[in-house]
Amino acid sequence: MVMGVMEGSDALHPSQGMREVDKQFLAAPVKSAVDKFQLVPEFIKVRGLVKEHLDSFNYFITTDIKKIVEANNFVRCTFDDKVYLRYLKVSVGKPSVVKDGITDEMNPQQCRLGEMTYSAPICVDIEYCNGSYGHIVHPQVKKGVVIGRMPIMLRSSHCVLFGKDEEELAKLGECPLDPGGYFVVKGNEKVILIQEQLSKNRIIIDKDKKGCIQASIMSSTSMTKAKTTLVMEKEKIYLNLNSFTSKVPIMVVMKAMGMETDQEVVQMLGRDPQYAALLLPSMEDCSNLGIYTRKQALAFLDKKHRKWNNSNNSNNRKDDGGALGVLRDIFIATIQVKDDDFHRKCAYVVVMLRRMMDAYLNKDALDDKDYIGNKRLELSGTLMALLFEDLFKTMNTGLVAYSDNLLNKSSRSTKFDISQHISREDITNGLERSLSTGNWNLARFKMDKKGATQIVSRLSFIAAYGYMTKISPQFEKSRKVSGPRALQPSQWGMLCPCDTPEGEQCGLVKNLSLMTHVTTDEEEGPIITLCTNLGVEDLSLLSGEELHSPSSYLIMLNGSILGKHRRPQLFATSMRKLRRAGKISDFVSVHVNEKQRCVYIASDGGRVCRPLVIADNGVSRIKHHHMKELKDGIRNFDSFLREGLIEYLDVNEENNTLIALYEGEATSDTTHIEIEPFTILGVCAGLIPFPHHNQSPRNTYQCAMGKQAMGNIAYNQLCRMDTLIYLLVYPQRPLLTTRTIELVGYDKLGAGQNATVAVMSYSGYDIEDAIVMNKSSLDRGFGRCIVMKRHTAVYQKYANTSEQFSTPSRAPHDRERNQLLDNDGLASPGEIIRHQDLYFQKLVPENANISVNAHPSNIKYRPSRQTYKGAEGEAAVVDRVALCSDKRNNLSVKFMIRHTRRPEVGDKFSSRHGQKGVCGTIVQQEDFPFSERGICPDLIMNPHGFPSRMTVGKMIELLGSKAGVSCGRFHFGSAFGEPSGHADKVEDISATLVKHGFCYNGKDFLYSGITGTPLQAYIFMGPIYYQKLKHMVMDKMHARGMGPRQLITRQPTEGRSKNGGLRVGEMERDCLIAYGASNLIYERLMISSDPFEVQVCRKCGLLGYENHKTKAKVCSTCKNGDNISSMKLPYACKLLFQEIQSMNIVPKLTLADS
Amino acid sequence: MPKTPLWDLPELPKNELPLHLQLQKTRVFCNNDAPTHTENIHYSGAYAAMGVDNSLRLDEFRKNFKVKIIKLNEEDMEFDLIGIDASIANAFRRILISEVPTMAIEKVLVANSSSVVQDEVLAHRLGLIPIIVDPRLFDYMSENDIPNEKNSIVFKLHVKNKRGSGERRTVFSHDLQWLPFGSEYALPTENPSDPNSNTKPKTYTSYTFSQDTLPEFSSNPITVTPGIIISKLGPGQEIELEAHACKGLGKTHAKWSPVATAWYRMLPEVILLQDIEDEDAEELVKKCPVNVFDIEDMGKGRKWATVARPRACTLCRECIREPGWEEKVALRRVKDHFIFTIESTGALPPEVLFTEAVKILEDKCERLITEMS
Ligand code: SF4
Repeated sequence: MVMGVMEGSDALHPSQGMREVDKQFLAAPVKSAVDKFQLVPEFIKVRGLVKEHLDSFNYFITTDIKKIVEANNFVRCTFDDKVYLRYLKVSVGKPSVVKDGITDEMNPQQCRLGEMTYSAPICVDIEYCNGSYGHIVHPQVKKGVVIGRMPIMLRSSHCVLFGKDEEELAKLGECPLDPGGYFVVKGNEKVILIQEQLSKNRIIIDKDKKGCIQASIMSSTSMTKAKTTLVMEKEKIYLNLNSFTSKVPIMVVMKAMGMETDQEVVQMLGRDPQYAALLLPSMEDCSNLGIYTRKQALAFLDKKHRKWNNSNNSNNRKDDGGALGVLRDIFIATIQVKDDDFHRKCAYVVVMLRRMMDAYLNKDALDDKDYIGNKRLELSGTLMALLFEDLFKTMNTGLVAYSDNLLNKSSRSTKFDISQHISREDITNGLERSLSTGNWNLARFKMDKKGATQIVSRLSFIAAYGYMTKISPQFEKSRKVSGPRALQPSQWGMLCPCDTPEGEQCGLVKNLSLMTHVTTDEEEGPIITLCTNLGVEDLSLLSGEELHSPSSYLIMLNGSILGKHRRPQLFATSMRKLRRAGKISDFVSVHVNEKQRCVYIASDGGRVCRPLVIADNGVSRIKHHHMKELKDGIRNFDSFLREGLIEYLDVNEENNTLIALYEGEATSDTTHIEIEPFTILGVCAGLIPFPHHNQSPRNTYQCAMGKQAMGNIAYNQLCRMDTLIYLLVYPQRPLLTTRTIELVGYDKLGAGQNATVAVMSYSGYDIEDAIVMNKSSLDRGFGRCIVMKRHTAVYQKYANTSEQFSTPSRAPHDRERNQLLDNDGLASPGEIIRHQDLYFQKLVPENANISVNAHPSNIKYRPSRQTYKGAEGEAAVVDRVALCSDKRNNLSVKFMIRHTRRPEVGDKFSSRHGQKGVCGTIVQQEDFPFSERGICPDLIMNPHGFPSRMTVGKMIELLGSKAGVSCGRFHFGSAFGEPSGHADKVEDISATLVKHGFCYNGKDFLYSGITGTPLQAYIFMGPIYYQKLKHMVMDKMHARGMGPRQLITRQPTEGRSKNGGLRVGEMERDCLIAYGASNLIYERLMISSDPFEVQVCRKCGLLGYENHKTKAKVCSTCKNGDNISSMKLPYACKLLFQEIQSMNIVPKLTLADS
Repeated sequence: MPKTPLWDLPELPKNELPLHLQLQKTRVFCNNDAPTHTENIHYSGAYAAMGVDNSLRLDEFRKNFKVKIIKLNEEDMEFDLIGIDASIANAFRRILISEVPTMAIEKVLVANSSSVVQDEVLAHRLGLIPIIVDPRLFDYMSENDIPNEKNSIVFKLHVKNKRGSGERRTVFSHDLQWLPFGSEYALPTENPSDPNSNTKPKTYTSYTFSQDTLPEFSSNPITVTPGIIISKLGPGQEIELEAHACKGLGKTHAKWSPVATAWYRMLPEVILLQDIEDEDAEELVKKCPVNVFDIEDMGKGRKWATVARPRACTLCRECIREPGWEEKVALRRVKDHFIFTIESTGALPPEVLFTEAVKILEDKCERLITEMS
């Protein structure tokens, strides 16, 4: 945090408005800390928790889409260039559904249930001309032409849910606590994961595999996307570019760009002879090649120019102009070259060179690729924009091709009208396909991304949130480096330090923190003008010498050089002031880098930033009266922003600040104050009480487990038809809450129960983290859960007919079997359904491909049934039956089948501190220990769970909850919350306990329920919030005797779902061999698996056969049955012989007498 | 307690233990770190070396055993059991929780339920509602028994929230109606097409007479504990069901447990090992959250602490928490004095529950004796 430059000048020149505040400060006797917590809920209120997704999508749908269409707005036929089409305007409408030609409004819940896509029409206004045929024809204009349908992100500005209050949302069947930020595609909720990427258009200095210093830049413009790398190999500097077949000496490139003299380059590099000396080998290299002029250089490069064999590409690059074209359009494409003026590009290359040399001279100057400031997060809007652009272009080329084709035909019956041929399927299907498969395969942008979208799993409310904040990594998970996985200091407050998965993805998949915001693209034009006004000298006005003159700083805007400024601090301060005053966007970051003597201004999208309170000389700008106004509702978060009390800082700008955690800790150098420290954690980690007292990996485990906890999913959970829903019957809100819990709404949609836990050993069934449960608690509903599974049945449509409803027979012998079914052949809701019960019956035409003109009454039907497959002996209930049309427009019936389960031995439970355990045994209440007050614990946990896990937070949770139930107030345990009062202190909790007659340390005097005498220790007992995890014995338990076999090998099938056998694997086999239990091996591997009797010819050693009728045994090779013996063999072995034979290898069996 | 070698002890009369052993035998020492001497010494020859007979003597037990009722009302009672072993007191507690039978709803026949509460959950909730009826008037129903007036109680619940009422209707336990005639739902018969074969369709119960003709129920109909929320109904939702209760034990399911909980604690004994005077006394009084200690004026402006209400001690150990205080105050529990609390769910008054528990224990003992002889 403590880095960089002081903003002395800012503090010295307070603006007019500031002076007033300062006076007030002077009047105050001491700096008093203002409780700024209220800002967090306010922030969440104006922003929601997934604002980054919504903002990004909104930006795309309102701004970016227009830019894309504008950039490709003209379509002209190649056949007749009078025929053209021009897009004038584009807009996205309201989500709607077109059914039978009628457009209806639609809402997301309808889409979820009806397997539809929640999308809105993309309308364009077009101007077109259908060709002249020699006459002069005026162009026609058509308005509101639909070119496709855009899937709409829930809660975005175009969503019907936008700006709706709780009641209106409830009317639409939507959960008000649902954050939105995802799409509904064909009934599935899909979220586009945030993609992590290295910054585009920024110079990154690092080392390659060989340890050579390299400067790379990923330049990406709307036209091209190319990586440029300068590499310093054996003191010589080369350029690596994909368009060149091999690396190119940099001086050749400079010469090709018109810097023919070495002096010019050295001059630009700066006066310091060190740099010139470093460039010397490269210059020698160039002269050794005999290249002195631009012409020679270009000729040299032309030879190296990679010719694209691909005809497609060569078509596109008809006028690429050889090496010069490459240098102009691909090499550092961000710097656009106008009229062959390569001056800017040369300057840029020199800046790159200089930074490389700096890195060579001083290793500290290397950039850190894992630094968050060097990263950009690509959100749904960006990805959708890319996809849309690609599809839009495809559509236009398709339109051209189609029109050409039509116009080419000699005889046309109808008048040609280009506006009729805009295909709306291309875009609709393309968007839908990419969203539902997650494959972003865009040849045009050299992009092939898989798994960009995921289904929002509604396992629990928190799990759904987890998907919205998840950041998928840029690196392959196979990479063995530790750097990208490590915790980065710069991710403080931006990315959650706890929430990352375990295993191979550890540290690569990250999650956003509570207050993180991700920027969207910002218009550069006004910023450039502003910079010029603030005294930035434009690059073109500078001589080469001045580029690196020590008296001034370079000004970089989004990676490109803007110019130079002589008073960088003043410039930065004024920029910041303008930003605080709202003259430029809140998210523009200004960052002075003294080492590189640069001022970086960034307005590009994808930077992570977070709000901070501004402080002047260490005094917070937020005063008590501000917070009071906030409480009274006069202010909101935005007004704090508007008035310059709060600002957003990105990671780079944080380097110029000194941020105090609390106001009391601020010194006169402090420039900013944190709003609340617990906001460094994300949503999942925010549920943990007292996480700052836990060993760090425990918090990480809980982040993963919180997503598996059963509880409430959403307010509309009983109206959803998901494939699998886990619900808790009696979910509770935690007794020990955190501020995050309140902000997120976990207290309304909890996933767990407050169990009274006694930490003691009991019965021996509690080893290895197992817990002992009280049977009476289970009887009374503790841990009871509902599992709902969806079963689907479809009425298929055929050419002439379709499958029909069927009335089940009520004849006496059918009655029992059909008792669940209603008269329409569907099981009725509320019926108890058991294994093998019939729940669906329909009539299927006996002959599906019956001729089209057959009379309907002639079609014969037969009934087809579906039976329920559940655990044997378990009674489930048909919860709901819904009829809707599915993706293929067939009538489909969905059955939700519900099963209520009480906990049993083996079910998994976990507290909120990464302490999972299975239920080891269930014990009668009278055997349980009881306290002096008659309290009997709900579960007993073994104390051995504590020493090695070091989850002190769990102990404090117990104390806090115990104090909470005794005094009737919810206690708090927000992360790092003790100083600011968002977490109760242990001392206070203890005092409360004592006041209510408990021991200060939470240990109670317990009596044994078995002997009736007191236990010989005081037992740590109190309520802890326990989560029931989705892993239940009932879903996993499996055993079989006889059962199904595989078709080809005749061995038992594998896996529980196929009722498979349990495998005696290699190691088990080894054990049996070692033990000498040969008969057991024989029995396991042969008799109980795939025994088969074969006939073997003793003479030729091949397999024969037994004639089934005559019982004669024949060897088909020897053509007789003289030497046949029969023996037993695993069928798989016989199969192997035959397969080998089919490859022309003869396996022979040599039999010996036994 | 200071250690004294055995040979230094004063000559003791026979049949009496040395003081510290006597203490250890009769008291639990609640030290700061852990309770000690919690176990009971049953072995008759445990102190034989000292010439003390430790066997249990019935006449002595009879002489010493006392029951003192402290508090008694319809729902709960508190009483002291003095002069009894922990194992027997515990046996009563265990029997109260799990072996005194009550009636509870076991079967629910749902005719219609459109509320958000799932049928199983609804049935579970209904099961946990205490039924106010003397279970002794009923028989157990085994698996093959047909429910009749002697072994079952039938309740009806039919609540409807009218469509368009605009508000939620809460279904309470007192909406359950007792059906003294048994079930009203007809059993699905083999041939429903034949309506005139039987004059009365068979129902799920076969009552020979109405339960309210019984003298026990004629004046006070069977009810359940009122005011318990069963479910909530939105407009247009309806619950129609029949709940069949039968007799059972808390062992099988907690719903048959007649007590909310039953427990005891040993009588606290707070001893001041030293005279605690003046500031110390005030400090001590202040320490205790339940005011166990009082200050007594000794005159001459001096005060000392006394133990006024040892029974109130919750064993928070606050008085001995600070170093040094353990030498001044001793917290003990009397091993044969139990403060017993019974919280009844309402089926039977707590005092009856206790006598029932005693009877059950008696039965068990008798059974044991007959089995053994
Ligand atoms: S243990 Fe607690 S309640 Fe008992 S006397 Fe000491 S301070 Fe009072």
